[in-house]
Amino acid sequence: MEQELLLWVRGTGLQIAAAVFVFGMVYRMLHLLMLGRKMSLAAPRGSEWSGGLRTMWKRSFVSTKLSARGNFTVIAGFIFHIGFFITLFFLSQHIELFRAVLSLHWPAMPRGVIDISAVLAIGAMVALLVHRFVDPVKRLLSDYQDYLTWALSFLPLLTGFMLLREIGFEYITLLTLHIASVELLLVVAPFTKLAHMFSTFISRWYNGAVNGFKGINI
Amino acid sequence: MKEHETLEQRLQEQGISRRSFLKFCAAMATMMALPPSSASAIAATLAKVKRPSVIWLSFQECTGCTESLTRSHSPTLESMIFDMVSLDYHHTLQAASGFAAEQAREDAMKEFHGQYLLLVDGSIPIKDGGVYSTIAGRTNLDMLLEAAQGAAAIVAVGSCAAFGGLPNAQPNPTGAVAVSDLIKNKPIINISGCPPIPAVITGVLAHYLTFGALPALDDQGRPKAFYGETIHDRCYRRPFYDQGKFAKTFDDEGARNGWCLYELGCKGPTTHNACATTKWNGGTSFPIESGHGCIGCSEPKFWDAGSFYAPLPAPTADVSSAAKAAAVIGAVAAVAVGAIDRGKKTQAQQSREKLTVDDLKGE
Repeated sequence: MEQELLLWVRGTGLQIAAAVFVFGMVYRMLHLLMLGRKMSLAAPRGSEWSGGLRTMWKRSFVSTKLSARGNFTVIAGFIFHIGFFITLFFLSQHIELFRAVLSLHWPAMPRGVIDISAVLAIGAMVALLVHRFVDPVKRLLSDYQDYLTWALSFLPLLTGFMLLREIGFEYITLLTLHIASVELLLVVAPFTKLAHMFSTFISRWYNGAVNGFKGINI
Repeated sequence: MKEHETLEQRLQEQGISRRSFLKFCAAMATMMALPPSSASAIAATLAKVKRPSVIWLSFQECTGCTESLTRSHSPTLESMIFDMVSLDYHHTLQAASGFAAEQAREDAMKEFHGQYLLLVDGSIPIKDGGVYSTIAGRTNLDMLLEAAQGAAAIVAVGSCAAFGGLPNAQPNPTGAVAVSDLIKNKPIINISGCPPIPAVITGVLAHYLTFGALPALDDQGRPKAFYGETIHDRCYRRPFYDQGKFAKTFDDEGARNGWCLYELGCKGPTTHNACATTKWNGGTSFPIESGHGCIGCSEPKFWDAGSFYAPLPAPTADVSSAAKAAAVIGAVAAVAVGAIDRGKKTQAQQSREKLTVDDLKGE
């Protein structure tokens, strides 16, 4: 049964998840772009493109002094995202997956770096969840989707780390759980806040372009 | 082959010393993870035990399992299996042929009804009434159902008998199934592997003869003593896996340094078997020691689990094509819905009624 389940998540399950993810993301992003913007009749005071691109770059380095979100959220958020990217793109097993699907590959990072990144990402996510519960403003602003997307992002990290160190269950069980949790994430991502993995750069460009057009240099 | 003398008498006749016999019992106890004191209990019981009748049915198979058991250097633990049991019927090994052979099987089934051990290797084709494999004009299906009725227990030797194996691989043209798919009312022990390790079958038989019962089994019906751990768990290359050191090709520096074969398709992490500890060819080595990854042959559906050389993270189906098709459909859907939205917007703009001063006065 375990082998059959693993075979399904490595085969049909992954096909379904990838298809839903790509369909959902292409549909949502293209639909978003097709909404378009109302033509401004005012004379431009600056370039939309330079403003847009500048904001896409600059928003990657949020100043904690200027942010209303506070140091904790910004720093923990950064740690999570960086840790997540390192484990996703630089673990040798993941590179093997990209090689098999996209025919692209690149050098892996040492296992120690991956371990530290994964632990930091997991720790940051737990801390952010606790903060979401404890902070009254955050708690009030949170709805079910925040908790759902947290869980969907957390499970692949947790099962992946457990798999790498074979903690708690057998390898085959953990591998099946890990792949299944990623598939769940892929299926849900395009239709929830997790779509920000693509839309965040579009919205940054939009904001930057509006400001650039008006000649505002931020 | 009807001399049901004790094993001790039989061994003495063949000039095998008591010391060799005790070493065999100690080895069996060790392999089955029994306490050291049980070696003497095994010896005492086995020495007295009458050799049970064994009927070995070979169905849709390649004879690799029999080869595995017999093609070992003599004398070995594996060769002693034939001293422990009275093999009353076995296609490949018996001297008799034709009607005489079938008569020997029927006689043994009658004489030892309810007592004989039934060993099966090969899967059973059931499509079209089972016509795809027959012996003496009878289908494998028919022969198994008949022989199973009088068996004390059934041992499914090899992955074909245990899980369907190669004949069961997609598209399974003969409708091949495992023994456990057909027989539900007898104790069945699966000794999987393509082929299985010879010492495992000897160990299982020694356990059955000593304790009169089958050993503890896992959820796949395999003896836990041999299939309790994965190849990966006991692999001598495991430290390299933990360090992230992998051979990328079969002849690169990593391969020469003996690094982990995970990226070359090794299925050790998901395969339960005793190869890494019991080893093959009289304890010489096992596939990973020879530089080739484990192909996962003791697990169900291993033929359908993608290429032997594709690593475990690689998908077993064509994900790229599915994703490309989904991208095209997504783009078409977005353009279509976007066009409808724009149409609605234009229509709304055109049908908008202009507010006049008179309208306001009317308020």
